[in-house]
Amino acid sequence: MGRLESFSPAVPGAPLIEVRDVVKHFGPVIALGGVSMKVHAGEVLCLLGDNGAGKSTLIGTLSGVHRPTRGELLVEGRPADFRSPRDALDAGIATVFQDLAMIPLMSVTRNFFMGREPVKGWGPLRRFDLATADRITHDEMQRIGIDVRDPQQAVGTLSGGERQCVAIARAVHFGAKVLILDEPTSALGVAQTSMVLKYIHQVRARGLGVIFITHNVRHAYAVGDRFTVLNRGRTLGTHAKHEIAMDELQNLMAGGKELQGVSAELGGTI
Amino acid sequence: MNAVTASPNPPRSADPSPRGDERLQRVSPLTALVRRPELGAIGGLVLVTLFFLLVADPAMFSLAGILNFMAPAAQLGILAIGAALLMIGGEYDLSLGSMVAFAGLVFAAALVSWQLPLPVALLMAFAVAALVGAVNAQITLRTGLPSFIVTLAFLFILRGLTLVGLKWASGGATQLRGVREAVEGHWLAPLLTGHAFGGLFAWLAERGWIERFDSGLPKVSGIPVEILWFAALTLLATWLLLRTRWGNWIFACGGDPKGARKSGVPVAQVKTALFIGTACCATLVAVLTVLDAGSTDARRGFQKEFEAIIAAVIGGCLLTGGYGSAIGAFFGSIIFGMVLIGLTYTGIDQDFYLVFLGGMLLLAVIFNNIVRKRVTGER
Repeated sequence: MGRLESFSPAVPGAPLIEVRDVVKHFGPVIALGGVSMKVHAGEVLCLLGDNGAGKSTLIGTLSGVHRPTRGELLVEGRPADFRSPRDALDAGIATVFQDLAMIPLMSVTRNFFMGREPVKGWGPLRRFDLATADRITHDEMQRIGIDVRDPQQAVGTLSGGERQCVAIARAVHFGAKVLILDEPTSALGVAQTSMVLKYIHQVRARGLGVIFITHNVRHAYAVGDRFTVLNRGRTLGTHAKHEIAMDELQNLMAGGKELQGVSAELGGTI
Repeated sequence: MNAVTASPNPPRSADPSPRGDERLQRVSPLTALVRRPELGAIGGLVLVTLFFLLVADPAMFSLAGILNFMAPAAQLGILAIGAALLMIGGEYDLSLGSMVAFAGLVFAAALVSWQLPLPVALLMAFAVAALVGAVNAQITLRTGLPSFIVTLAFLFILRGLTLVGLKWASGGATQLRGVREAVEGHWLAPLLTGHAFGGLFAWLAERGWIERFDSGLPKVSGIPVEILWFAALTLLATWLLLRTRWGNWIFACGGDPKGARKSGVPVAQVKTALFIGTACCATLVAVLTVLDAGSTDARRGFQKEFEAIIAAVIGGCLLTGGYGSAIGAFFGSIIFGMVLIGLTYTGIDQDFYLVFLGGMLLLAVIFNNIVRKRVTGER
């Protein structure tokens, strides 16, 4: 049921995911007007863009929520056509949305395995294997250095950063090759942001490709290998870390002069 | 930290987790208990029991007295279990009470008017229930309207259809008789009506272990079957909720349907199954009570939807969904039965029952709100 054209084998050395000239129209609105980017294994690609730049639409396209109007999507060198989020997941592309898809009243374990519960037993006695689920959850959390004191505790008792990490750990555990993180640090304080950034670093070290969406250049610069700037539905090019400085990136993202003016007014603090 | 503090012979070798956490205050058994959704209902049951132990005639807590209040508790409880699961799944069914009447009509009409055998009548009643449940679910899911409003409409639609149908089936009356005669002697009937374990009770009475009449027959001839159905359904629902994937999905659907859908939970199927399940609970109550009375009438199940929801709320279900328990609804229903029947063992005016109903609901909602904040760590 995966929508990868299965007859063509994966191309060795190809990017995990590549987008070529993707265009997406919603009726008369051109949300994406030709976007290209690629992510390799063990790399963090930061997708920067201001509000309305088309970040959400691009994520939607990559995660199978929207189908592109035109353009190509390649997964490990093979053309892919995602008709639902399930297809993207099956191809190893996991998206951690801003709302995290976590339910505060449910336990960490129950959230971790939501929709993918391990079962034991047969026929009408098939049941949720809670002992295994608790053990796996505890171990996975331990691996990323978060002490989930008690996997039975409600997710609502975790901090924002911990929740974000649980959501990422869940995606990694279930075999993601590419992780799309939608503004994972936007609502977090300093300590929790560094917790999440540290974890992104760790995920990259495990050989996953990460697409890190943010409008905070500082956060992007802390973990990113390459930066793609999105403005008004188009990519303004991709730069490796050594090619571009943080303030250049900031200006590029803001689309030039306007912000510089404001920034000067505010004493260069933006 | 363990390397430093662990002694060669740890005193608590039963501790399942070898890796402790110094930042964790040991969860006291009390806190663990407060986390259970059914705590409020158990506390309420203890209070109500104490009250009647002090005030009521001691006959209330004899075997006969207990079965006396357990029978109405069971009839309400079967509905409350269905309502509780549906509430945990994030929806309401206000058509529950009218569904009892409508299923009663279908069941009785099949037996009496069409002279169909009992299994066929049962099948018809449950098929109609499944249909009504599916319709409720489809309208709610497709329109995105609150189930509160959709099922409120069906509260009236089904009650009206029952009245019309009864007049048609009985030739102008709002009651349909002759059900007991129609099922007399059928092998399925003992499962659905009368008392179970008659032999056991007779044997116990022979030994003098339970109260008996002068003739030697036991004062209680057995356990009313509805109590057994009630207990079995509670166990089944609890197992479903806590130990199966479907249970996890029910909590997820009620907690956050969007998040659940993104995680691959089949939200529409889960909710449809819950609506159908609730309607089937109503039908089970209809079958049990119609067979018991030998007739059906238009007022059957009147206002039971509210009592069932109240019992579920007393049992710890949150009005916002995603949290609650079947065991809680079980105890909530017993509180109801106890007060309804218990007041007759006291000198208190029976109509205080309604005052109690409202008061209990208010207390339960306030209590649940506090518990929810505890559980989610909200401040």
